[in-house]
Amino acid sequence: MRKFTEIASARRTWAWPYVLFLVLFVVLPLLLIFYYAFTTPEGDFTIYNFIKFFHTSEAVNTLIYSMAIAFITTVICLLLGYPAAYIMAMAEFKTPQVMALLFILPMWINFLLRTIATVELFNMFGLPLGEGALLFGMCYDYLPFMIYPIYNTLQKMDRSLIEAAQDLGANKVSVFTKVVLPLSIPGIYSGIVMVFMPTVSTFAIAELLTHNKITLFGSLIQRSFGEGGIAMWNYGAALSLIMLIIIAATSFFDQENDRDAQKGGLL
Amino acid sequence: MTNDFIIEVNHVFKQFEDGKYALNDVSLQVKKGEFVTILGPSGCGKTTLLRCIAGFQVASSGDILLKGEDVTAVPPYRRPVNTVFQKYALFPHLNVFDNVAFGLKMKKMEEETIVRKVKAALKMANLMGYEDREVDTLSGGQQQRVAIARAIVNEPEVLLLDEPLSALDLKMRHDMQIELKELHKQLGITFIYVTHDQEEALTLSDRVVVMSEGKIQQIGTPTDIYNEPQNCFVADFIGESNILSGRMIKDRKVMFLDREFDCIDEGFDKDEPVDVVIRPEDIYIWDKAQEKRGQIVGQEDDDVEDRVPKGKFTKWYGTVDTCIFKGVHYEMRVLTPDGYEFLIQDYHEYKPGTEIGMLVKPEDIQIMHKDHYIYNRFAGEVVKPGKVRFLDAEWDVTEEETTPFNAGDEVEVDVAFREVELMDYEEEGKLSGEVHFILYKGNHYHLTIRTDAGDDIYVYTNDVWDDGDRVGITIAPEHIHLRKPGLSEPNELLK
Repeated sequence: MRKFTEIASARRTWAWPYVLFLVLFVVLPLLLIFYYAFTTPEGDFTIYNFIKFFHTSEAVNTLIYSMAIAFITTVICLLLGYPAAYIMAMAEFKTPQVMALLFILPMWINFLLRTIATVELFNMFGLPLGEGALLFGMCYDYLPFMIYPIYNTLQKMDRSLIEAAQDLGANKVSVFTKVVLPLSIPGIYSGIVMVFMPTVSTFAIAELLTHNKITLFGSLIQRSFGEGGIAMWNYGAALSLIMLIIIAATSFFDQENDRDAQKGGLL
Repeated sequence: MTNDFIIEVNHVFKQFEDGKYALNDVSLQVKKGEFVTILGPSGCGKTTLLRCIAGFQVASSGDILLKGEDVTAVPPYRRPVNTVFQKYALFPHLNVFDNVAFGLKMKKMEEETIVRKVKAALKMANLMGYEDREVDTLSGGQQQRVAIARAIVNEPEVLLLDEPLSALDLKMRHDMQIELKELHKQLGITFIYVTHDQEEALTLSDRVVVMSEGKIQQIGTPTDIYNEPQNCFVADFIGESNILSGRMIKDRKVMFLDREFDCIDEGFDKDEPVDVVIRPEDIYIWDKAQEKRGQIVGQEDDDVEDRVPKGKFTKWYGTVDTCIFKGVHYEMRVLTPDGYEFLIQDYHEYKPGTEIGMLVKPEDIQIMHKDHYIYNRFAGEVVKPGKVRFLDAEWDVTEEETTPFNAGDEVEVDVAFREVELMDYEEEGKLSGEVHFILYKGNHYHLTIRTDAGDDIYVYTNDVWDDGDRVGITIAPEHIHLRKPGLSEPNELLK
């Protein structure tokens, strides 16, 4: 009996369900991607899938295009999100939480529903779907992910630092450029990563908002698995691996700032 | 003439959104080179006053002059003052050098000058060699030094210090006090120092400003403040004290403890109720067993005779209740047969249970006007016979009180401090409020109750309450007395 309680209370025991989950749904799929990426449909080892990607200009261009779209989305989100976060964090009114909630509220609704609603909105106003609609949709969907970490960093910032800067002769502009902005960089990094990572791999938004006219890298992967049949799985796996490396690279870029991020960033 | 003062604060009021006054008619003049400490408990308005001088807060009315120039509406970055903040407020993204150089860079000084000045400031703050350190790798004391260096490098006319040592441990605090005093001497600039630590205020300053409830209670040198407190608040806040209720019989004669004492105070009204303050170290004590025929006779090896002054002093007796060794002296609590309690400090130990005699020299008896007599006075209005309205509530009174008045008449309502009843549960009272200030008056407590509407009610009680306790307040109808407004004090004082 004593032995059973010992086993039951050990932290190790409680970790098992999670280990099982991770193995089944994270490690195994990753290994499968690796396996498929480096094999032919017959199961022989090959790096042909990667060679095929680099020799298909359409695929490479799609990747570059996806990254460009993600980059532009991130920049727009930053330009719109920073002032919003700043206003909310610095506002003296008593319930900035209400405003923060209003910005976060759209996140409670599934992004597919929101995207479909955006399509309807464009149709209602007779606006053409396409690149513009795509950027609009992406910014609309991911803006909260930019605002929140920046707001978080600004909000936690010690207000006496602003007073200290004023006390030392800094006017409003200098207070912002010399103190507030440098101190909010961890939040900005978190925001960039949180917007860039999902936008570079998205495909549903592009499909809905461009009527499949614009293909993003995510769509390419999805099509390899969806329409290409089992023969295309290997190629799709290789594409997935490439995207994984890109995302890993961006989060590595964030890890560099991990020390700063601990001071207030979200990631 | 105004040029003599570097800072002049004239009738400054600061009212917050909730209508409460953080500063209530504060006036203060500071001479060039002075070390002035603003001392008071938390919430007394001392930090607000400092922030108004620094420019972070704007006074609701009144004006603030720096070097004779009105700066009331000048933003902080254009004032010739620098602040050392309570929690240092060092820029975490800059190293020590850049923190200190911040102000000079804002002034767009040449790189060479900046380096020279920063080095000099760091030297003055004993921080040589720390230039490249990140501020969050420094200890509390070092961070405080950086904050001081960052302020003095700008060569301000006035250095404002907002409880700069409160985050440090005791030992470090003492060292920093000495360093600050030294720094003040070296720089020769004006220091305005805010603290709630009375010892710090007395050690450091040329002058101390004691504040409470948004008002200045007393301004004076540390010795003045300690030896001649102007009211109960100051006496109680600065150091330990025995505060007793008394009555001035005539000039140089005061009655308390049901005895007459000689004192040195003059100019009080005949029979004016007063507060008597006796510092614990000013009471002379001796073992009653060693007393013969009214004369104090010590044993041969005791120095009692030398210690206790001879002459015709009024004496009283009591029993030692507790005796604690405090390092240099003993601190004793002594109870008298008639129910008074005294705190006494003496170099000699008297064990609990010892019956002792006590006396105090006339010059050590400090007499103060009572802030108020023993009545609460409220403005009220007669509603109908037997009903009067004051303190935002309707109260029952005896019919004979309202007989001389008509409904709607304005009246003055007197309620003796003794007759205000406090209830444990706020719902039980007609009003609810919070215990705001407690004074022990030898044999009873004198409480200030702040009602939820913000009015103060004074209460004498034998019950023990804590600061911040929520209480219900009731007054029995027979204890509410009405008078025509503007009449003089009630003659008969309730006991």
